[in-house]
Amino acid sequence: MQELEYPFDSEFILKKSKKLKKQLLESRTDFLTKKIAVLGGSTTHDIIRVLELFLLDQGIRPQFYESEYAQYWQDVMFDNPELVAFAPDLIYIHTSNRNVTSYPAVTEQAEQIDALLEEQYEHFRALWEKIADKYHCPVIQNNFEYPFYRVFGNQEAVYVQGRISFLNRLNEKFYQYAREHTGFYIHDINYQAAAYGLDKWADPFYWHMYKYAMCMQAIPAFAYSLSNIIKAVFGKNKKSLVLDLDNTLWGGIVGDDGVENLEIGQETSMGQVYAEFQRYLKAQKEIGVMLNINSKNEYENAVAGLEHPEGILKPDDFILIKANWEPKSKNIVEIASEMNVLPDSLVFVDDNPAEREIVAAQVPGVAVPAIGTPEQYIRVLDHAGFFEVTELSEDDRKRNEMYKANLERQRQQSSFGDYREYLRSLQMKGTIRPFEPMYMARIAQLTNKSNQFNLTTKRCTQSEIEQFAAAKDYLTRYGKLEDKFGDNGVVSVVIGRKDAAAGALHLDLWLMSCRVLKRDMEYAMMDSVVEACQACGIGTIYGYYYPTAKNGMVKEFYASLGFVKIREDEEGSSCWKFEIGEDYEKKNAVIEVEAVVAK
Amino acid sequence: MSREEVFEKLNEVFRDVFDDEEITVSDATTADDIEEWDSLEHINLLAAVEQEFGMKFNMGQVVSMKNVGEMADIIMSKIG
Repeated sequence: MQELEYPFDSEFILKKSKKLKKQLLESRTDFLTKKIAVLGGSTTHDIIRVLELFLLDQGIRPQFYESEYAQYWQDVMFDNPELVAFAPDLIYIHTSNRNVTSYPAVTEQAEQIDALLEEQYEHFRALWEKIADKYHCPVIQNNFEYPFYRVFGNQEAVYVQGRISFLNRLNEKFYQYAREHTGFYIHDINYQAAAYGLDKWADPFYWHMYKYAMCMQAIPAFAYSLSNIIKAVFGKNKKSLVLDLDNTLWGGIVGDDGVENLEIGQETSMGQVYAEFQRYLKAQKEIGVMLNINSKNEYENAVAGLEHPEGILKPDDFILIKANWEPKSKNIVEIASEMNVLPDSLVFVDDNPAEREIVAAQVPGVAVPAIGTPEQYIRVLDHAGFFEVTELSEDDRKRNEMYKANLERQRQQSSFGDYREYLRSLQMKGTIRPFEPMYMARIAQLTNKSNQFNLTTKRCTQSEIEQFAAAKDYLTRYGKLEDKFGDNGVVSVVIGRKDAAAGALHLDLWLMSCRVLKRDMEYAMMDSVVEACQACGIGTIYGYYYPTAKNGMVKEFYASLGFVKIREDEEGSSCWKFEIGEDYEKKNAVIEVEAVVAK
Repeated sequence: MSREEVFEKLNEVFRDVFDDEEITVSDATTADDIEEWDSLEHINLLAAVEQEFGMKFNMGQVVSMKNVGEMADIIMSKIG
């Protein structure tokens, strides 16, 4: 909804929240429902009100648990039965510098202050450990924002007695905890307060009147930033930027002005702005955001522009370069389809509002930010939080290379007459094993990200994945696939629940990344599951398919593996059965799979 | 701005905040008269009123304000 896209009108959102909520609820039906516990050290009513809007807009329908005023610590430490019964999918701890119970006195010595710091930190650490132990769910914790006054003036951060010094040190301890614990995320309200303007943010009126940690008008920006972490945790991040060229990546029109007259690089102020923007995009690529071009240009001119010696981005940095005279909406649909991603994982960046409007109208789901003028491009894209980082896996860093290798495979495919011959030529090697510690983060990420090739769309946190791996009555398999073009990393996940008494296995989860579609990886996974079943005396496998708006492609998946449909309800959910015969023949003949010891 | 105009604008703000097109406020209107007007909604309401009139209530005013009539008086004194 446009009213909720960054940059938004905060006051409009605050005033019209009731109406916006109604509209959002009517706009779609395929919400992902999540239970979110908001544990506050200050009033949280309006934060929840606005957070709900942003989450609904991301397709997440939250159910909230809201702690009584300032009961964030007690609720967890003393097992508030309501919170326990709520069984949150995510816990958010909304504390601020008003919740630091003791600051250094002006007269205190360094050692006393060290002890005080430890004490304040322990208060929080105990809380997080209790949550990890009891709830096994992701945690979002605010850091501390700067106080609005400074007893030591400009030396407030220098003197250990200063509150800024104290809060900086406390924050650093929080960050260290976050580095060492997966599923624990910092919400950087210190940055939020700075970006908003600390004097306005910390208006004491709102604390003393209503016990709000920040002013009312800052709540939409604050809640938006929080919603970005939540949507990222639940797999709703965007994946790729689709960029225009002329007046977006450089100043000028390459076809008219010629490469030598483009504004990019250190020669002019405008050139510097575009160079900084390109550098920002290059860094996005390095954290796993895929870059594509969608430009009205002759292809040769587009590439010539990208080879400008002062440019930061080069043709090689892009997965697909669509430079032609087709409508941009058509190009963007093709980009999505060639990359095997859905249009709603793309962000279209174009300086021209008319082009943006066409794409927004023709290709629903694509994010089309109003990026403003060139000097605003970075701020708008950055604060919009399309690619909010929660876990950064090795796969993220290599994603561009992997997708490019995929395109290389597609090109080669067209030169083979026989598809199996092509598959064999890829020299694929698979690793299919029970879940292992090294891949838990990636496995959890896949369960939250995969939408299309996903039979049950069961979303799991990393701690749940770890629990499945450890449980004796669960069969777990992850699949990694390598070929001569590169390593695809972990691309498939299967979780089965064993019913020893009935000699049956129930497949609670089966997913595969679309980057390895039609490579027979699903056959290799099936072989591994069957082998594991045979080793522990299981003779029957049950598969389940639960339809969503996005997983139509696997409706008949179990049929393709030789399962028989035993029931289907009105919504299209189906249950499938496979009897493992004595004569089970391996289905995969093209991927060389390392043998493993079965669990 | 006349008192009538202030009330006209206040009606709009109340209707937006409580998402109820039926609301019409008068001097004597208080939180008791509007079902959804509780202490938490009050915060949002005041913020919306401030934005509408481009002014800010101070703490003393917020604490002592008894009804919409007094709210209108404060607004008129601030916007002149």
